[in-house]
Amino acid sequence: MHVLTRRNFVKSAAAASALPLLGRSTFADEPLKVGYIFLGPIGDYGWTWAHNKGRKAMLDDAALKGKVTADYVENVNEDASAIPVIKDLAAQGHKLIFTTSFGYMDQTLEVAKDFPDIKFEHCTGYKHAPNVGTYNNRFHEGRAACGTIAGMMSKTGTIGYLGSFKVPEVVLGVNSFALAAQAQNPNIKVKLVMIDSWFDPAKESAAAETLANLGCDVVTTHTDSPAALQVCEKKKIYGFGQGADMSKFAPHAHLTAIEDIWGPYYISRAKAMLAGKWDSDDAWWGIKEGAVTLAPYNKALPANVVAASDKVINGYKDGSYDVFTGPIYDQAGTLKAPKGEKMSLKDLAVIDWYVKGVQS
Amino acid sequence: MNAEFIIAAIVTIVNVTTPILLAATGELVVEKSGVLNLGIEGMMLVGAIAGFAVTFEISNNPGLADAAPWLVGAAPWLGVLAAAAAGAAVSMIFGVLVLSLGSNQVATGLALTIFGTGLSTLIGESYVGMAGQSFDSIFPDAWAEDPIGKLFFGYSPLVYIAFIAVFAVYWFLNRTRAGLVLRAVGENDVSARSIGYSVVGVRYGAIAFGGAMSGVAGSYFTLVSNSLWQPGMTAGRGWIALALVVFAGWRSGRLLAGAYFFGLFMTLELYAKASGFSFLPSQFWAAMPYLMAIIVLAVMSARASGGAEAPACLGKTYMPDA
Repeated sequence: MHVLTRRNFVKSAAAASALPLLGRSTFADEPLKVGYIFLGPIGDYGWTWAHNKGRKAMLDDAALKGKVTADYVENVNEDASAIPVIKDLAAQGHKLIFTTSFGYMDQTLEVAKDFPDIKFEHCTGYKHAPNVGTYNNRFHEGRAACGTIAGMMSKTGTIGYLGSFKVPEVVLGVNSFALAAQAQNPNIKVKLVMIDSWFDPAKESAAAETLANLGCDVVTTHTDSPAALQVCEKKKIYGFGQGADMSKFAPHAHLTAIEDIWGPYYISRAKAMLAGKWDSDDAWWGIKEGAVTLAPYNKALPANVVAASDKVINGYKDGSYDVFTGPIYDQAGTLKAPKGEKMSLKDLAVIDWYVKGVQS
Repeated sequence: MNAEFIIAAIVTIVNVTTPILLAATGELVVEKSGVLNLGIEGMMLVGAIAGFAVTFEISNNPGLADAAPWLVGAAPWLGVLAAAAAGAAVSMIFGVLVLSLGSNQVATGLALTIFGTGLSTLIGESYVGMAGQSFDSIFPDAWAEDPIGKLFFGYSPLVYIAFIAVFAVYWFLNRTRAGLVLRAVGENDVSARSIGYSVVGVRYGAIAFGGAMSGVAGSYFTLVSNSLWQPGMTAGRGWIALALVVFAGWRSGRLLAGAYFFGLFMTLELYAKASGFSFLPSQFWAAMPYLMAIIVLAVMSARASGGAEAPACLGKTYMPDA
């Protein structure tokens, strides 16, 4: 069992540091130790669950079998308390460490300074160092498909977005969802609620109730549990799964879900480590690379809606579609991208403004 | 803004408030007996998974559906009972440690939270990703059709149980002899012992009641506000319940008001954000429920003359033979 909890971690870290030789030695046939820092519990059925699925995919990969081990620490807060946890993983001889949430950015860089021989990969961030790379998925491509569906399915013309924090990943999701919905219905309004938490099922439910009461008939979630979807089902409105197919929680409301597939990336990085070819990269995989997929559509979706969503998916696969193609205006009506121009991934990575039609 | 809109908002307030109120009511009795149990969060989580698991197993058992259909209908009730029993059971671990073995209440309570979090995650492992049955209103649907009917008859039974519990605890503490004894034990354990009351016995009872209430509070998350289980899903509500008891000055009326102010402001936060009141930063809105609950209770306590004092023996270790 390679399961560590934050609580017994200090103990095991102390034991490991008592045996520095064991921790630091590198025998040729010794497996590569990979460490993961998780934000939520692996049972959140969302963000952390998907990362853990990727971790398992890496362990099960035929070419890596027996050559890698992987430990993880769950429920690590996105504050200074993450530093000792990452340090402990490094001190225990993990040579490749994935810190899987935006809020670990500065903590990862700080620990990386002290461990130049260890490679770090920070998920969804934008700061790099020689031994710190970043990786992310272009979730907003999936959001564009969901936005297309929402724009066509909404009768009230008001749709809801239940978010967590105003970080680039979430802002991108909001904008992508809104732009795609507006492409179907130019007058659509997106009501945005940030609950200032990634995982708080009771508050997620309350926020979904609020959005429904304010007239939203489609609500998408950017938090880590199926809680809001159950509320959509009760309120007889539509919703989307986040991170995993959540249709069994809301058979009528669940239109589709964005699934995060991290396995291929974790496998590629472990292989790069074993081959001695790791470099500080800035990976941003999407629908084309198979890192973002949609769950099966709800059978109730009309054929034309399915076709419109598939068009978005296929457009991303062959490069013919990008939701961030101008003209794009911000909330105040300022032109941000002229007609026909695509926003660059570099600009998207640090985006901090919402598009026109988003009410926040 | 019509009646339907306002009542839908009130339903959200009630949903946010009820689990906090249930847990805080239990903790009030525990603290009145002179014991500080910091394990509310852990007991809530154990109650949450026990309630979910029992309800799930009963309502998804094909054999039972044929043999005893009434049992399937009663599944959420049995789930709540299981949650109460499970909360009380883990609270007894705390009870034995602090009452019979004289361990430090603060440390033991914190350990109980850690233990409950871990235990619930372990038990709940196979229930992650399962959709359960929800514990909805028991009144006929027709009663809750018009807005006013919905305001009174649209809730899960746990909402009414929470209200009844607050009033019952008020009555028990202030109007009954047993309540007087419990308060005496909390104010002066040595004197209570010297006139023949079993300090340890009374405190065991109080801790068990607190555990049961926390367990029921936990089941609200897995049976009412949602019908699913996720590790750690109470997300810190146990600590809010704990703080409310203190800020309410150990009085049940203020506890009710404080819990509802918290729920009111958390709901206001969500409405403000969804309505585009972004002149205040999101984090400020998120802090508002906590801030307002504290301010309101502080003002109430300041206006009431005295009487906002903690039970004198709160948190003190009592060993009868020492």
